[in-house]
Amino acid sequence: MKKGMISLASLELRQSFRSVAFWAYSLLFGSFVALMFAFGITESQIIGFVGLSRLMVTFMQVTMVILPIYILISTVRAVVGDRESNVMEYILSLPISFSGYYWAKFWAKFVEIFIPVFLALLGAAIWGAISNIDVPWDLFAYYSGLLVAMVVCFVGIAMYISALAKSQTMAISTVFILWLVLVAFLDLILMGLMLKTKMDPHAVIFIGMVNPLQVFRTATLALFDPKLTVMGPASYYILDTVSRAVFVIFAILYPIIIGFGAALLGGRYFKRNDII
Amino acid sequence: MMIEKEETTLISVKGLTKSFKKQLVIDNLTASFNKGERISLSGSNGAGKTTLIRCILGQYTHGGSLSVLGGDPRIQHEVIMKEIGFVPQIPPPLKMTIKEMLNFFSQLTGNSQSVFIDLVSSLGLDIMGHLNKPFFKLSGGMKQKLLIAFALGRNPKILLLDEPSANLDPEARKVFFDKLDNFNKNSLMILSSHRISEISKLITREVEMDLGKIVTDKIITQNNKAL
Repeated sequence: MKKGMISLASLELRQSFRSVAFWAYSLLFGSFVALMFAFGITESQIIGFVGLSRLMVTFMQVTMVILPIYILISTVRAVVGDRESNVMEYILSLPISFSGYYWAKFWAKFVEIFIPVFLALLGAAIWGAISNIDVPWDLFAYYSGLLVAMVVCFVGIAMYISALAKSQTMAISTVFILWLVLVAFLDLILMGLMLKTKMDPHAVIFIGMVNPLQVFRTATLALFDPKLTVMGPASYYILDTVSRAVFVIFAILYPIIIGFGAALLGGRYFKRNDII
Repeated sequence: MMIEKEETTLISVKGLTKSFKKQLVIDNLTASFNKGERISLSGSNGAGKTTLIRCILGQYTHGGSLSVLGGDPRIQHEVIMKEIGFVPQIPPPLKMTIKEMLNFFSQLTGNSQSVFIDLVSSLGLDIMGHLNKPFFKLSGGMKQKLLIAFALGRNPKILLLDEPSANLDPEARKVFFDKLDNFNKNSLMILSSHRISEISKLITREVEMDLGKIVTDKIITQNNKAL
């Protein structure tokens, strides 16, 4: 399985690196970091955070908005697109296992999406070091972990939908609706819902914490605002239930489990049903 | 496990059924396809030819049993596909360049790239000037020649050709059929084609399908051919 999977994954990556979409995506994150330096965000301050920490927090918050929908839309065509275009019929007439094909797609997408965004973050750290700005390596390591978790989570979910979808149109519509639902259940809207319907606060926070988007949002805040004061009363519940350290670990592990779980289910479905 | 010993029957189909939703496409089909046979698989559109080929390639779930080289092509897919060369009806819009394609095929099959280059060149296509072009940007005929070269170059035990000559010019078609004629006599060749007259000299068995069943299955002898 490995030989076919590695050959196909590297081929997929080479094709991605040639695409305009990949370079536009890389340029977006690269220029975003450059612009933040240019506009002096490292000089500004938020709850005592200045310098590169401030830049990294802003970078992660913007990433959280852009990345999930980008991952979902770009990954969801991986399997169903090949199926519709007869590429899969041909590729799977070659000595490649079904699992090898499916996981080659998964890992190629993971690398294609993770590398540019990670390099942008790394570039910020290197540029900061060159410019004699203190580099918060602990924050850098944590945010890198969060990026891995975010990419695995949404690539996995998109692969699952791609394996099950009957057409590309259906696949894209599904991920778009999913993304809207996840955005709808972010804390701001949940708080409004709680006030309006007098819903049980525990239920509201539970809904928030199963939403990977909310987990990323809270986790991004958790390092620069350890008491999560910007979240209001919800922070007491979270930090009373679990310690900050546990929450930080949860924020990385939970999305990874969701991503791999969804990808495994998609792979299982793919192997057990008609391929084309 | 796949049968390693010498077997005459390379593909064995027993009570094969395949339906999409409620439409039965392969209807309780039983047949065996043997080493050395050159089979024409004919039938009108929707007869089930492509579905049968896809079942042999392990791409469809189905009822009944299907054994390819003694194994199940869905379970031992990777091992069985090493022994199958396939040319699809419609060339897929692969984004890989010809150079990447040569490298990919060479890695997967263990064949030298020069085998494929020589074969495609004998079909009248000099690919050296197109190495950096993506496959999908080639003309229909060029794509078909490459796919044929990749299928034949692997020297497979089973060759599945689904309307392989549709996009070829007359000269390339002649060379292609000569190549098939001289291809490994121990292999099994299944050609799905509407143009029976074109392959009549080549074939040793004629299988005709209609509504998912085999309606004609006859061995073609030299006498038949003479007629």
